[in-house]
Amino acid sequence: MIEIKDLYDIIIVGGGPAGLSAAHSAVENGAESVLVLERDREVGGILQQCIHNGFGLHHFKEELTGPGYAQRCYEMVKDLPQVQILTNTMVLEVRENKSVLAISPDLGTVEIKGKTIILTMGCRERTRGAIRIPGGRPAGIFTAGAAQRMVNIEGYLPGREVVILGSGDIGLIMARRMSLEGCNVSEKKPSSSTKRTPADASPADIDNDWGNGGCRVKAVLEICPFSNGLTRNMVQCLDDFNIPLFLAHTIVDIKGTDRVTGVTVAKVDEKMQPIPGTEFDIPCDTVLLSVGLIPENELSRELGVSLHPLTSGPIVDQHRETDKEGIFAAGNVVHVHDLVDFVSDEAEIAGKYAALTALGKLAPVERRLSVNTGNAVRTCVPQKLNLPSADSVTAGTRLFMRVTKPMKKVKLLVKCGDEVVLSKPLMIAKPSEMIAVEIPADKMKTLNGDITVGIEE
Amino acid sequence: MKEVDVVVIGGGVTGTAILSYLSRYDLRCMLVEKAPDIAMGTTKANSAILHAGFDAPTGSNKARLNVEGNALYHELKDELDLDIKWTGSYVVAKTDEEIAALEELKARGEANGVPGLEIVSGEKLRESEPNLTEEIKAALFAPTAGLCWPFGVAAAFAENAAENGAEIVRDCEVIRITPEADGSGFIVRTMQGELKAKTVVNAAGVYADKVSALAGDDSFTITPRKGEYILFDKTSQQSLVKGIIFPVPSKTSKGILVCATTHGNVFIGPNANDTDNKEDLSVSTPGMNEIIAGAKKMIANLPMGAAITQFAGLRAVSSTGDFIIGRSEKVKGLYQAAGIQSPGLTSAPAIGKEIAAMVAEDLGAKEKAEYKKGRPPQPVIREMTREEQKKLIQDDKRYGLIVCRCETITEGEICDAIHRPCGARTVDGVKRRTRAGMGRCQGGFCGPRVALILARELHLPVTEIRKDGEGSFLYYDKEQEAY
Repeated sequence: MIEIKDLYDIIIVGGGPAGLSAAHSAVENGAESVLVLERDREVGGILQQCIHNGFGLHHFKEELTGPGYAQRCYEMVKDLPQVQILTNTMVLEVRENKSVLAISPDLGTVEIKGKTIILTMGCRERTRGAIRIPGGRPAGIFTAGAAQRMVNIEGYLPGREVVILGSGDIGLIMARRMSLEGCNVSEKKPSSSTKRTPADASPADIDNDWGNGGCRVKAVLEICPFSNGLTRNMVQCLDDFNIPLFLAHTIVDIKGTDRVTGVTVAKVDEKMQPIPGTEFDIPCDTVLLSVGLIPENELSRELGVSLHPLTSGPIVDQHRETDKEGIFAAGNVVHVHDLVDFVSDEAEIAGKYAALTALGKLAPVERRLSVNTGNAVRTCVPQKLNLPSADSVTAGTRLFMRVTKPMKKVKLLVKCGDEVVLSKPLMIAKPSEMIAVEIPADKMKTLNGDITVGIEE
Repeated sequence: MKEVDVVVIGGGVTGTAILSYLSRYDLRCMLVEKAPDIAMGTTKANSAILHAGFDAPTGSNKARLNVEGNALYHELKDELDLDIKWTGSYVVAKTDEEIAALEELKARGEANGVPGLEIVSGEKLRESEPNLTEEIKAALFAPTAGLCWPFGVAAAFAENAAENGAEIVRDCEVIRITPEADGSGFIVRTMQGELKAKTVVNAAGVYADKVSALAGDDSFTITPRKGEYILFDKTSQQSLVKGIIFPVPSKTSKGILVCATTHGNVFIGPNANDTDNKEDLSVSTPGMNEIIAGAKKMIANLPMGAAITQFAGLRAVSSTGDFIIGRSEKVKGLYQAAGIQSPGLTSAPAIGKEIAAMVAEDLGAKEKAEYKKGRPPQPVIREMTREEQKKLIQDDKRYGLIVCRCETITEGEICDAIHRPCGARTVDGVKRRTRAGMGRCQGGFCGPRVALILARELHLPVTEIRKDGEGSFLYYDKEQEAY
């Protein structure tokens, strides 16, 4: 029989790496009762299907697989008497009075009360509809994540001849995964893999010669003139498997009535519009989409939390508190991260300050400052600094940014009015890699106006 | 050989409505559908509007059956538990010329027997639809129009028919129809074998000309006319519309509209382009640009970022220009329900009633005393009170497990959809019956899970589970196969 307490210090919505890391941090900081609500059959979130390695180098200082990282997070909280985890439990509503309405097979529908709430719902994949790809609607079009779940957890292949649209990390990882699973890699070295900086492939690079069966990735298409994945994934997932990458290309038609039979691809101009006359066909039975992630904020939106139009996540302060008092948010629900390590880091901040808020131990806010984006910076989290008096400042604050375009040898400037608070040279800045910079505690003591972060080119 | 009194060919809203009305009579009825599910043709992708009936020329089959059908839906809504919202509809006019056209429509509607038509000012219109452009000067309001869920209507007719003993066979394309020499009926050869039928009802949508010709009547042709649509997320409704907004109609179509759905989404479309391909459901960039431009004439700021999907449907346009309804003039025992384009959805129950009565009369059948009204209740968790939810979940835990997050659909509801009369057998079949996969993530999360539940409940391997169409298999085994 599951016992639900009358009141929890913290209710955490989502048991992925953010939720589990927040729970651990909350207990470390004195929280006495933490409830984690997870809608899937087990905790760990999307990590459970990310069976490749490369996780944990920053946070755990060792290289782990996705399920390995999830297990670490779980082990840190599973024996803590303060933490209660409910799986197969979906939160239907979060209310301003810090209660949630949840549904599960064992509880039915139930209202649960907390002193604070942390939103850690993660993100979901953008779909075909959101980017309006023309053509038919046959079977064989999957988001990369849905295909990944089928291959890695349920044990089925989503197709045999694969074209991937979008060079986001999930798309690149799936390019490698499908190649490995299908035991079929082209012998042909495409022109895009000859350099570390990906060049454009040509239609001649596509290997339509079917070899020994199985499944094979025939091409990766990216509408931007630059790749949107981590450099290491470009090399390890495409170059090592002879998969051609087409930059500034997109799908202009999907063919097939029952199952996909092929796609028509075209080059795009600088406004991302297809250029007539550049079309060519690739026969395939599967299209995987890796065209971006969207923070999953339906609950936040219904609650009335203010969302940022560019991050699509809640506007938060340095404690990851939203503009609704006592409602915190962390991880990919706030902004999409590159690495789960940074998700955990952010969730630890939210867990700590949610705990201190629940316990009434937080110093009162005396300075409310905005963090604004300047030249060539698209987004910055946190968007607000709600600071106590100078004496009460004990920690610095890390700012996480994404730039608008790839740049080399530039300088990141953090300014307060005209005064430069921080200056950091960057050898390379690109939209696909988040930039972090820390404002140290001593500077935080003296900040007295809005902050602007920008790039000096 | 299987013998029936009547076989209905085509499981769209017209065919299922005919079957439902036939099942009220003492007749052995069967419906055969070539696709894996009912309502896969024109019924699947249209504007989902129950029209008031002012568009069609007075005296036409379209005008008569539209007005009758609309009235029947007002009765059937509760009886069949149909998802209908009686919002009324507006035709909007910007210029004096268009306002004159409204007067014409109003006069025609009144001649067709449409009740309550009224011309209102632009200001009055914007009181209920504040996002419409200021340029709109006047509108024709039709209070009897409404929104429905077309698949749900067809499913309701099919379930009601099945409850009353009618048989529905899917994946069952008709390949030959041979009239018996003695005129006693037909031998109908299908992909699942042969059957003997005293009468044949042709409700084959865009293929109605082919089916009619198979039986020996080639007196008409059907041209598919494609219409494309863009659907918006529920969150965008507040910046769009709550009801049905038409422009002034053209000769070939009612125009590109902005329209709500029964589920709280909004769509824009359709355009109208004749095609020679009866399977072409592709959407095109020029087509999407055309409907965006059309919709912008009524709403300046479309929230294009909130678009969740695009789709296309084919209208079945007959060479006669009107619905072809009733006894074939060439072949005894063949009944036509052909050329059912708009307002076909609205007319469906009237067509069903009329054709069933005709068949029953010719076969000398009587209405059954034991006819069961309605259909089995379908549990919908998100529409229940907390107490009802609690009780249902206590009785059956599967109703507490959410499978589709965006639309809050439980495993229990998905299992019910599979095991209902004429239940779901494909992933999209589950989607249309429950809404699982219809939300903003478009099945990204629940799609694989629904496939696994289907495989489990139908005792099929996962590799046999289809998305929608005949060969639309989704997954392959990992084992290497010899190529």
